[in-house]
Amino acid sequence: MPDLAIARPGLPVRLFRSLRLPLNDRFAVFGLAIYAIFVIAALFADQIAPYDPTEILYTEDYDLAADLRPGEEGFLLGTTSLGRDIFSQLIYGTRSALLIGITAAFMVALIGSIVGLVSGYFGGWVDAVFMRLADIAFGIPFLPFVIVLAAFLEPSIWNVVLAMALVLWRDTGRVIRSQVLTLRSRGYVDAARVAGSSDLKIILRHIAPNILPLSFLYGSIAIGWAILTEASISFLGFGDPDSISWGYMLQDAFASQALAKQAYYWFVPPGLCIILVVAAGFFITRGYENILFPKLGR
Amino acid sequence: MTEPLLSVRNLKVSYAVGGGAIDAVDGASFDVPRGSILGLVGESGCGKTTVARAITRVIADNASITGGEIVFEGRDIAAIPERQMNALRWRDIAFIPQSAMNSLDPVYTVESQLHEVLRRRGGMDRRAAQARAQELFEMVGIETNRLRDYPHQFSGGMRQRVAIALALALNPKLVIADEPVTALDVIVQRQILDQLRALQTMLGISVILVTHDISVVAYICDRTVVMYAGRIAEEGPMEAVLTRPMHPYTMGLRNAFPDLNGAASGILTPIEGAPPNLASPPQGCRFAPRCPFALEVCTKGQPPLRELVPGHRVACHRADEAPVLRELAAKTETWLVPA
Amino acid sequence: MRASNPQTAEPLVSVRDVQLHYRVGGVFSAMRGRSSVVKAVDGVSFEIRRGESVGLLGESGCGKTSMGRLLLKLEEATGGEIVFAGEPVTGLKGAALKRYRAKAQLIFQNPFDAVNSRFTIRAALSEPLENAGIPAAEREGRIVKALELVRLPQPQQFLDRYPHQLSGGQLQRVVMARALILEPDFVVADEPVSMLDVSVRAGVLNVFRDVRDRLGLTAIYISHDLALVRYVCERTIVMYLGKVMEDGPTEDIVREPLHPYTKALVAAVPVPQPDQSHAPLPIGRGAPDPRNPPSGCVFRDRCPYAFERCPREVPRLRRVGTRQVACHLFDDTTERP
Repeated sequence: MPDLAIARPGLPVRLFRSLRLPLNDRFAVFGLAIYAIFVIAALFADQIAPYDPTEILYTEDYDLAADLRPGEEGFLLGTTSLGRDIFSQLIYGTRSALLIGITAAFMVALIGSIVGLVSGYFGGWVDAVFMRLADIAFGIPFLPFVIVLAAFLEPSIWNVVLAMALVLWRDTGRVIRSQVLTLRSRGYVDAARVAGSSDLKIILRHIAPNILPLSFLYGSIAIGWAILTEASISFLGFGDPDSISWGYMLQDAFASQALAKQAYYWFVPPGLCIILVVAAGFFITRGYENILFPKLGR
Repeated sequence: MTEPLLSVRNLKVSYAVGGGAIDAVDGASFDVPRGSILGLVGESGCGKTTVARAITRVIADNASITGGEIVFEGRDIAAIPERQMNALRWRDIAFIPQSAMNSLDPVYTVESQLHEVLRRRGGMDRRAAQARAQELFEMVGIETNRLRDYPHQFSGGMRQRVAIALALALNPKLVIADEPVTALDVIVQRQILDQLRALQTMLGISVILVTHDISVVAYICDRTVVMYAGRIAEEGPMEAVLTRPMHPYTMGLRNAFPDLNGAASGILTPIEGAPPNLASPPQGCRFAPRCPFALEVCTKGQPPLRELVPGHRVACHRADEAPVLRELAAKTETWLVPA
Repeated sequence: MRASNPQTAEPLVSVRDVQLHYRVGGVFSAMRGRSSVVKAVDGVSFEIRRGESVGLLGESGCGKTSMGRLLLKLEEATGGEIVFAGEPVTGLKGAALKRYRAKAQLIFQNPFDAVNSRFTIRAALSEPLENAGIPAAEREGRIVKALELVRLPQPQQFLDRYPHQLSGGQLQRVVMARALILEPDFVVADEPVSMLDVSVRAGVLNVFRDVRDRLGLTAIYISHDLALVRYVCERTIVMYLGKVMEDGPTEDIVREPLHPYTKALVAAVPVPQPDQSHAPLPIGRGAPDPRNPPSGCVFRDRCPYAFERCPREVPRLRRVGTRQVACHLFDDTTERP
């Protein structure tokens, strides 16, 4: 039976509204459009990509289809030195990029938000402990940490996610904590306490909705970081050899001396994609900033 | 009769908002005599701060003076070029904004902030500025050894005194103070008001005191201007406006202030309703919707400011009946809105 | 008409030597000679009987707001005890705390801060009802009744509105309604009208008085404005730097203040009358600093009557006629000024 006393829309609607998508900012809309394109590419990779990205292909003459230039033999972006279709690799690369990006961003935003909420709301020793942990996290240089992690665990795309979850929540956590500290001193929080609301209820009902835009802001920053990091790791050779990512493509191109061979079609597209996705992330971030902090001015 | 120091005539100030304009001040006229303290009183949104700022022409970016004159020492300053207006600021007309005590720069000592005014604007050399700074501190009642302190080392009341010192730095003829004591505790408030009064007497300056508190007006003002919804409701000697108000709004306002000297059983009577939305003000008298004495004529046309008693002007169609209305206004039943 | 006689036996609220001390600053502050403890409330004692309206009067930094928060368990006292209807409140937790919360409520200073701007009026008023376990079906009725109690005309129209759609006066009534919706035993009102326009204050105060009389509420009214306190409270407690200076019937205090601080306070209040005294206040300059209160009597550095006993000994509250005064001048051995 619907609760008559509370005429609030359901959770999914509220969550979406909390997103407060920055639809006014042209750059942000552009960023969102880029994301949309890549998401579609990732979802429908099977349909869009002409070949399996790891499949070694042969020409009609039964020769290895290696180092073919764009257009030759019907390969849109040419092939790698091993005979794999670059375009297919590019398309499938969106999957690992987005997968890592979104998962890592989600973890960072989630952990950072929870830490910020708990730390800011309860204060005291809880706050002290979390902030010391954050200080430690701040002290850790990120890329070397991921490399070390890759050395201990099996090389896998999830290393990046794990590393980010362990370390990169620190910014989000600190900023959200400050925001919570401000919110906590608002009258309606006192009112809720006097009305007998439990701490959890206060956090969920009064405080969390106000910090969600911040969480999303930092989340969108984190997506860019994750993709860049994964690309760097793969490029350095610490990535997962079984999954084709843009970073892997760059590494492959580098190892095959693509530059010397002037095989721009090989490394420029993945590089461009990385740039686009990361830039799109930043544009969306900027759009959120304008919403959250309108007085920063243009 | 000597010329008033400042004469505001039919001043109109508009804010550009959204796609339209809001007339925050719609035809305000009053005089500030030399050597007197004028209280500009009204509630939030009545336009008193806008008027105060318009006189110094320090108004918001989206605000503009759309009509009227501001005659200062015989010269209309409402439309003079900014450069000329700038020459007047601090030297002839000084402004103490609301919560001025919070707008002192925290990273500079108060002495350096005084010097900024004294030397850059006043053209004094260092020696003269130092002497003057000490003199100012003595005038406002702060120990001169505190000149080198930073704003956060002062209490709220002391900071307000610093703000007054800043305003008086170049010997202005007119000081406009916007709610100077609102944020202060009552004892400090009284001390600051006493100081202001003493300074006014000593220096012979004129002061416009903007406030929402008629008790403050009663305490130090010589003349009072009551504003409502962007227009002047009543203007006159403080004593007359307070004890023999001619405008129903002033009558109602009086009822809303508790009087410590009065009987304990006194009832406070609210004025029901709220001020009109200035984006679409009512035709006719703006107070009519809340006025217990409103007649049909009141909703038709704006009442002009009339001087029925010498020196005492009021904008009310029924001002001639003021004594009778006053009697009625003193009764609580008059102000009760039928449910 | 009062619903209950304030003179009946047991005090409803009993505050004994309550302290709220904060630690601030660190080693460096201490080295610079600045105390690291702020004594917001420093040994306050009073009793409030059922049905009484007591004003907690003082200037900023006197501890009145902190005292209010202590009574509502928004802060935990660092010393002393608070007893409500015979039960100690100072250590309450969990379910017992929740029961106490239903009995003690707060009316805030800034109505726009006191209600979450994302909540509808209905949602804001539901919160206490949910916490008290009132079934959903009953809530709407109770909400409407509470809004009627505070004389909001046609309450139904407000239910789906948001705070920014109401005027200050209307929203403050909503805040009052929220405080009253669980029919508490006592209400702490913290400067409830100071942020409202003058012509609106009277309305809200009248509603407060009316509601208080009808429900027989016990009320504590915190304010720096003596005139308003007088309008609402028959008894006033004057605080300064965390301590009680004077405690007694409001009328007596206004007509004949005994404590030197109260004398200055009463003299300082401006009235809307043209011929008022401009005599200098009988008080020294300076502002109270809760970090470095003077030794002995905390008021002695501004008191025009201070003598050699004042810096040495903290004066205790002594009964003088109908009131209690904390001043050495009222000790049996010294004569009054």
